[in-house]
Amino acid sequence: MSRPAIAEPRRAALPLRRWRTMTLAERQAWLAWLFLLPALLVVIAVAMIPLAQTLYFSFTDKRLGALEPEQWVGLENYRFLLSDSLWWTAVKVTVQFTVITVALEFLLGLLIALVVNSRFPGRGPMRAAMLVPWAIPTVLSAQMWKWMYNDIFGVINDLLKRVGLIEQNIAWLARPDTSLIAVASIDIWKTTPFVALLLLAGLQVIPDELYEAATVDGANRIRQFFTITLPLLRPAIVVALIFRTLDALRVFDVFYVLFGARPDMQTMAVYAQNYIVAFSDVGYGSAISVAIFLVIAIFVVAYVTTLKVEVQT
Amino acid sequence: MKLGSAQRKDTRRRLSRVLFYVVLAVIAIYLVFPFYWAIRSAIVPDAVQFATPVVYWPENPSLENFRQVLATGQFRRALLNSAIVAGTVTLLSLAVGAMGAYALGRFRFRGSTPVRYIILSMTMFPSISVLGGLYTLITQFGLYNKLGALVYSYLIFTLPFTVWVLMTFFRQLPRDLEEAAYVDGASPFQTFWRIMLPLSAPGLVTTGLLAFIAAWNEFLYALSFTQTPDKRTITLAIFYFSPQTGGGFEIPWGQMMAATVIVTLPLIVLTLIFQRRIIAGLTAGAVKG
Repeated sequence: MSRPAIAEPRRAALPLRRWRTMTLAERQAWLAWLFLLPALLVVIAVAMIPLAQTLYFSFTDKRLGALEPEQWVGLENYRFLLSDSLWWTAVKVTVQFTVITVALEFLLGLLIALVVNSRFPGRGPMRAAMLVPWAIPTVLSAQMWKWMYNDIFGVINDLLKRVGLIEQNIAWLARPDTSLIAVASIDIWKTTPFVALLLLAGLQVIPDELYEAATVDGANRIRQFFTITLPLLRPAIVVALIFRTLDALRVFDVFYVLFGARPDMQTMAVYAQNYIVAFSDVGYGSAISVAIFLVIAIFVVAYVTTLKVEVQT
Repeated sequence: MKLGSAQRKDTRRRLSRVLFYVVLAVIAIYLVFPFYWAIRSAIVPDAVQFATPVVYWPENPSLENFRQVLATGQFRRALLNSAIVAGTVTLLSLAVGAMGAYALGRFRFRGSTPVRYIILSMTMFPSISVLGGLYTLITQFGLYNKLGALVYSYLIFTLPFTVWVLMTFFRQLPRDLEEAAYVDGASPFQTFWRIMLPLSAPGLVTTGLLAFIAAWNEFLYALSFTQTPDKRTITLAIFYFSPQTGGGFEIPWGQMMAATVIVTLPLIVLTLIFQRRIIAGLTAGAVKG
């Protein structure tokens, strides 16, 4: 493959009869783009165009079903957003939810991964069982828990009363002070096993010899955990944290099933969806979407800079 | 003296062993109990369902709730809709995605790196961030309240993911096979279709399954782009089982749990069969720390 040959593989439409005179590298480039074409077209149609439109609408007063075409309003939507107290409530709820769930899912997931990583009878079925909550649609698991949290006939109140932790039934999903705990517990149930599986995959590539050597050198289990396990597990931890944080920040399903568009328990995604679909206010809703994107971007940048992530392509 | 310390060590080991199994049992119960409760609630009649104190182990289970759910046209319609949408999306993503992944995984060409970055960034893309644009497009092209709208919009999360995971599969295949095919005079498309695709069958199964589950579980777009009950997917059907204001007798919890069990069982079976591949697929690609 000589260098000039691959210099400009995309030079306008090369007539097909020149195919035979092309170098291998030129042919490869043409073929590659040909194979990529359908995927690129789909990406443009389902992602690029809607994304560009959403961005454009966020600077307009676009309403669905309006008779007049949308007007350019500049930063008006964003200015309103900054002073929109419901939006800031949504941001607060989402960030609180994210911090609580990601932290607990990580700690519990690590515990489960460490337990499952040791050899014991029934380890295979245990690992398989861990995938099950993940496979269930969030809407369904939310409904299952909604029934368990039922204030009169729910099993959770009954269990807590039997154990003696509470005396009266609690309307977990109606009370402002228990709503967030209730919804977080569902997400933790559903996702902790998944986090554990990601961490388990990382644990399994740590060679046993390291621990043997450390034992010979007289390091106890706790010391071994902090000097061997944790540093070597870092790549898996980073992946798990980023995945979970991104997912938690855009959470929609579980909140919508439990609370609908209740003002004090809306996430950012619920707030945006409600404006776009229920109010047909595509302009303002799009501005909210863009704002969500920015909030998520802030978290990603924070992670990438503090944890020094390398993106692998 | 020596014996005493050995004994103490022995009891300590036994104690930590017990503690280990206690932790294990707590984890297992935490994971499994909600399912048990869904099944329990599905097989008891309303008289037991809405009784206090709560009945933990039903005396005479019945399949009445299952019968009633399956008898409703809306539920069966929703199952069918979900199967149509998830199936179509999966096949489209695999067909289009495998070709794209082949190009990115096996060819060296200018511009492949930016394309890979675009695909990677799309796998982490929040669905909500394009909702305004998608919603407008879908109404403009008359797709609103049609299953086509769901097929179209679901590709946004299934396709990039499919390309990404299949790309890593294609990269692992040995080069000589491809070269042997070329030497034997096979065209690039024949090589792809006859050699590379069959070899990556395990990858296709995994990604197809993951795409299918993602589409089957989707809620946000289904909620936004459909309106009438006959276009509902399974997640919507189960969501609408309960009105927002509910609480108490008017929600048919038994039937809803029966529906949940019906929808969940195939997913659980599939997940258990393909668990190793799913874990491999989920951890493939993505971000490396």
